Amino acid sequence: MTNHWVDIKNADLVIIMGGNAAEAHVCGFKWVVEAKEKRGAKLIVVDPRFNRSAAVSDYYAPIRPGTDIAFLGGVINYLLTHDRIHHEYVKAYTDSTFLVHEGFDFEDGFFSGYDPDKRSYDKSTWNYQKGKDGYVLTDETLQNPRCVFQLMKRHYSRYTPELVSQITGTPQDRFLKVCEMIAATAAGDKTMTILYALGWTQHSVGSQNIRTMAMIQLLLGNIGQAGGGINALRGHSNVQGITDMCLLTTNLPGYLSLAKEDEQDFKAYLDKRSPKPLRPNQLSYWQNYPKFHVSLMKAWYGKAATPENDFCFDWLPKFDKGYDVLHMFERMHQGKLNGFIAQGFNPLAAVPNSKKVANALAKLKFLVVIDPLATDTSEFWQPAGEYNEADPASIQTTVFRLPAACFAEEEGSYTNSGRVIQWHWKGADPVGESKSDGDIVASLFVRLREMYVQEGGAFPDPIVNLHWPYRHPEEPSPEEVAREYNGYALQDLEDPKEKGKILVKAGEQVPSFAFLRDDGSTACGNWLYSGSWTPAGNMMARRDPSDPSGLGQTLNWGFAWPVNRRILYNRASADPAGRPWDAKRKVIAWNGSKWGGNDVPDFKPDSAPEDGMGPFIMNPEGVARLFAVGRMAEGPFPEHYEPFESPLDANPMHPNNPKARTNPAARVFKGDMEQFGTAKDFPYVATTYRLAEHYHFWTKNVALNAVVQPEQFVEISEELAKEKGIAAGDQVVVRSNRGKIKAVAVVTKRIRALDVAGRKVHTIGIPLHWGFVGVAKPGYLTNTLTPYVGDANVQTPEFKAFLVNIEKA
Amino acid sequence: MIRDPKDLQRYTAQERANHWVVGICFILLALSGLAFFHPAFFPLAQIFGGGVWARILHPFVGVLMTLSFLGLFIRFRALNAMTPTDREWLSRIGEMASGNDHGMPEQGKYNGGQKLMFWVMSASILLLFVSGILIWRAYFGFPVGLVRLGAVVHAAVAAIMIAFIIVHVYAAIWVKGTVRAMWYGTVTRAWAKQHHRAWYRQMTGKS
Amino acid sequence: MALQSLDIKQRSATTTPSPSMRQTPEVAKLIDISRCIGCKACQVACMEWNDVRDEIGSVDGTYNNPTDLTAASWTVMRFYEKENADPFDFEWLIRKDGCMHCADPGCLKACPAPGAIVQYANGIVDFHQENCIGCGYCITGCPFNVPRISKKDSKAYKCTLCSDRVAVGLEPACVKTCPTGAIMFGSKEQMTFQAGSRITELHGRGLTKAGLYDPPGVGGTHVMYVMKDVGDPGAIGLPTDPGISPLVSVWKGVSKPLATFALAAVALGSLFHYVTKGPNEVSKELEDELDKEDVK
Repeated sequence: MTNHWVDIKNADLVIIMGGNAAEAHVCGFKWVVEAKEKRGAKLIVVDPRFNRSAAVSDYYAPIRPGTDIAFLGGVINYLLTHDRIHHEYVKAYTDSTFLVHEGFDFEDGFFSGYDPDKRSYDKSTWNYQKGKDGYVLTDETLQNPRCVFQLMKRHYSRYTPELVSQITGTPQDRFLKVCEMIAATAAGDKTMTILYALGWTQHSVGSQNIRTMAMIQLLLGNIGQAGGGINALRGHSNVQGITDMCLLTTNLPGYLSLAKEDEQDFKAYLDKRSPKPLRPNQLSYWQNYPKFHVSLMKAWYGKAATPENDFCFDWLPKFDKGYDVLHMFERMHQGKLNGFIAQGFNPLAAVPNSKKVANALAKLKFLVVIDPLATDTSEFWQPAGEYNEADPASIQTTVFRLPAACFAEEEGSYTNSGRVIQWHWKGADPVGESKSDGDIVASLFVRLREMYVQEGGAFPDPIVNLHWPYRHPEEPSPEEVAREYNGYALQDLEDPKEKGKILVKAGEQVPSFAFLRDDGSTACGNWLYSGSWTPAGNMMARRDPSDPSGLGQTLNWGFAWPVNRRILYNRASADPAGRPWDAKRKVIAWNGSKWGGNDVPDFKPDSAPEDGMGPFIMNPEGVARLFAVGRMAEGPFPEHYEPFESPLDANPMHPNNPKARTNPAARVFKGDMEQFGTAKDFPYVATTYRLAEHYHFWTKNVALNAVVQPEQFVEISEELAKEKGIAAGDQVVVRSNRGKIKAVAVVTKRIRALDVAGRKVHTIGIPLHWGFVGVAKPGYLTNTLTPYVGDANVQTPEFKAFLVNIEKA
Repeated sequence: MIRDPKDLQRYTAQERANHWVVGICFILLALSGLAFFHPAFFPLAQIFGGGVWARILHPFVGVLMTLSFLGLFIRFRALNAMTPTDREWLSRIGEMASGNDHGMPEQGKYNGGQKLMFWVMSASILLLFVSGILIWRAYFGFPVGLVRLGAVVHAAVAAIMIAFIIVHVYAAIWVKGTVRAMWYGTVTRAWAKQHHRAWYRQMTGKS
Repeated sequence: MALQSLDIKQRSATTTPSPSMRQTPEVAKLIDISRCIGCKACQVACMEWNDVRDEIGSVDGTYNNPTDLTAASWTVMRFYEKENADPFDFEWLIRKDGCMHCADPGCLKACPAPGAIVQYANGIVDFHQENCIGCGYCITGCPFNVPRISKKDSKAYKCTLCSDRVAVGLEPACVKTCPTGAIMFGSKEQMTFQAGSRITELHGRGLTKAGLYDPPGVGGTHVMYVMKDVGDPGAIGLPTDPGISPLVSVWKGVSKPLATFALAAVALGSLFHYVTKGPNEVSKELEDELDKEDVK
């Protein structure tokens, strides 16, 4: 979230799309209720199903799964053609005025630079035009046809309400009503918040779904404002935490990036990540990259990391490609992986195409499952009737189960969706032989290190030299680890402005990442978390709910990264002169000498408005990007592509280019293309999702959850039920080209057939919580059905739109 | 005195036994039923081992009473057919009650009042049985409307039946020489001649 | 549950007044259907707090689960799909079902077991299973079809409004857990006021039919609903004008004293008939006559 949970209450309009907050984020949804009650906010829900969020919404619009970009592109078109944008904001705080490379183009579904054989783009033209001074060229009148604004306008002019309605199935009047409600928040004193979740990310165009809404929020001037922003509701109480700590294989903690194969030179690696400002007087915050990187390496390798050895840069792996989960299981399936550690992860249930995953697991020599409970994955070799048709005789994988403690049996920190890190304390001791995850991993590490010390090995250095300063090496305390990720001084840190003045003494915690150095004098496990455990103590354990602004900022409750900032890009909550767009919801303002207010400024605190520094200091251009330059795999402007399994034979945006039917830059493994089904055999669109009563594949082990939602079901419309002779409560079989599941039919008015490009498209809803392990009634793994393809940028699987057929069992 | 060979046989041993099965069932049912009916009677439930036992036993005893009453019904229904004489007798029941029974019409084995009692009992037990099934929640689940109707009918009919039984018992006590018919099966000829002259004639062949 | 923790206002099958000197404000639970998302957290909280666990059942083709109130599920969510003229102006109405805690409770009226059902001075209607005889009359008496007899112990169970929690100043478990604040708790006066402001807010959103469900037919309830369309409670499975069935009123009202009096009258009438009129004995003349015949 750019903003945070409590801030939702400051919105005038809440839109839930690509998520179902009431269902999957039941507790956080209270802030939507608060916004409705206290501000009279309106709630819009756009979803294939009239879901639990829709049940309490003011307006609902249906949509065909996987067509969000068409819908949102249509919204952009509406805002631009009706001139319902926040002009001053768009001009001053976005790249709308920037001129784009002359070679940049978009034709028949492809942006310039497409290589169909590699299924990827040469992005060299996806850039701004720069002058000789290295600064970007702009057109303040927004009239130049090469400026971002005009290119964007041209790009989205194709998304007419008629076409949008044809693609999405959303009735035109509903679509236009949503546009009108959204457009009303272009006013400076009105904000819209968007709550999305996996309904946007789990698509082959997932990242671009989010980008499209980000563009809308920028056009409306809603980024940086209280009650605005673009807010990902994370599916797990600490998923934000794991992302921050390095979820993606090509990342390092704190969104630092791992070097690519061709980046063997340390200085070049750092320079590339410390971009020079693209505008005069601009702060480009990533110029601090070397400080964060070197401090990380000092935390990891201690004394072994020296300026002479480039702080162990050579010890870091250089990646050839991303090793995301789809890639890992693809390799496992090819027999290229010997062992696998599934820690707090149930891939058999959670990864698409369960059959492929089961076959892959069967090719392992060993599988380690670190989990409090037996999982479907740990039992993958056990036959469980029709629900798991495994043949133990043919599986040679040795499975080790290491019992882990539950969250309440250990202390530590949780980072919620709003980046607020809260310390939690242990409620009970772990049961039996179970240990905390940290202790399990530390014990494994200590043993492995011992083996490397004793036996050597191909490349022992990064392992035997790992800095491991914990009091009990096999049991690093959460406190020690937390202090490490905050960072500490290795030498006395002298004030660069005042000789002799010591800011932080050697051995002390640093107060924030502003104190980190690139000379090896500081260590920090994750620069973003710096400030969470300062000399004053554990900031994450603070529990002061006082909220003087009434905006719910509660700056003394826990700690929010970065530097306890609650709303990112909050400089943009004030106009270029430093006055809040909405005085009643002041986040920060310029008081004549510095920035301050109800949040920690996301800005150079003493940079006066006259200096003209842009508010988006993490971008070298200082403004937000409507044009994503080279950052996205499939293009700088989001474009609608059909899901890989779509009921349509062609992309209505590009009916004559079969290669632009689906995301041209998405990765498809050999053999998986053939596993995609067609509308001829699988005429119905399916989408998978969670239910409020369950949490993923865990709570099927919990009696109470099983009582309130005991059995696997699928949801279909009354119309489809009638066509297929299915009655509510009947057993049905749902098939995709990859497998089948059996479940009870819930027949409902809440799903309706949509009119898509002149034909009727039915949607089947498939909740995902069941499996063959647990106390709930045994069920099939829903991901037996789902396709093995992911988003082109981060490879999140396309769980939300695929094709199936259904019949009465 | 008790066993005078000249006495008239009014009830066989089976008939008496059958009557007393019904009678005992009735007493149990009335006591337990009253316990549920009005708080004032709830202590009666203690006779059965408390409210729960009373609740458990009552319906089973009810079924037993219904079945055993069916025996009485089969035995006596023909004898209880109403005749014009019975109606006349009933219309003059006031005279009877005031102790002046000399002018009453001549009666067979049963007088009009006894026949009325028989039919009221038959109807009551039928209604109690049906309504009892409706409200027997341990084994049946009828729609709540029917259950409510059943409860009202059960209570009302039970009250009527109890009232009639009080009259029945009182009448037996009041008319001296009657109770022995249900103990030993016999009555004196004089008793028969006085109260059921037609029956007396039929039994003795005398006038 | 300890009897002394709360003052009792009414007690089943008891004809004398309960201690009534102390004044306790009436409490109420307010359920705002316009805010309910049907997450069933209340069901879980109820089972947890009250240490009951329902069976793991099956899906009947709806979201309702358990599909009905049971002796272990004292509250369940009921999902209703309501169509309007525009098919996408659809309503998914979700009602938390459970005991309404009527001011004039039909269950208590019907109950034959002294002290098995009590109504506290604060308005909570509570079952004391140790006094319950398992007859099910409470179900017969209830206008909302709430109590359920347990198959395990043949006792009646239903929502207690967490009388144990309320007795020590806590809100009921469902209220505590409700993530959207759709379930509120306080004095009946406060809740009625609260409902008023909720309804004003809903009217402002164009839901002009919104209103409060506090049916006078049962003397008002201590569980009230804010409804989107108060004129159509049937849309969420509630009776429009609930009251204790006239049959139940007859059965457990007027008929009780009437029948008791009638039976006493018959018995006493018989007694006095005997002592006033004397026994109906076989006449001496007849006996003599027969004796004479015998001698002949």
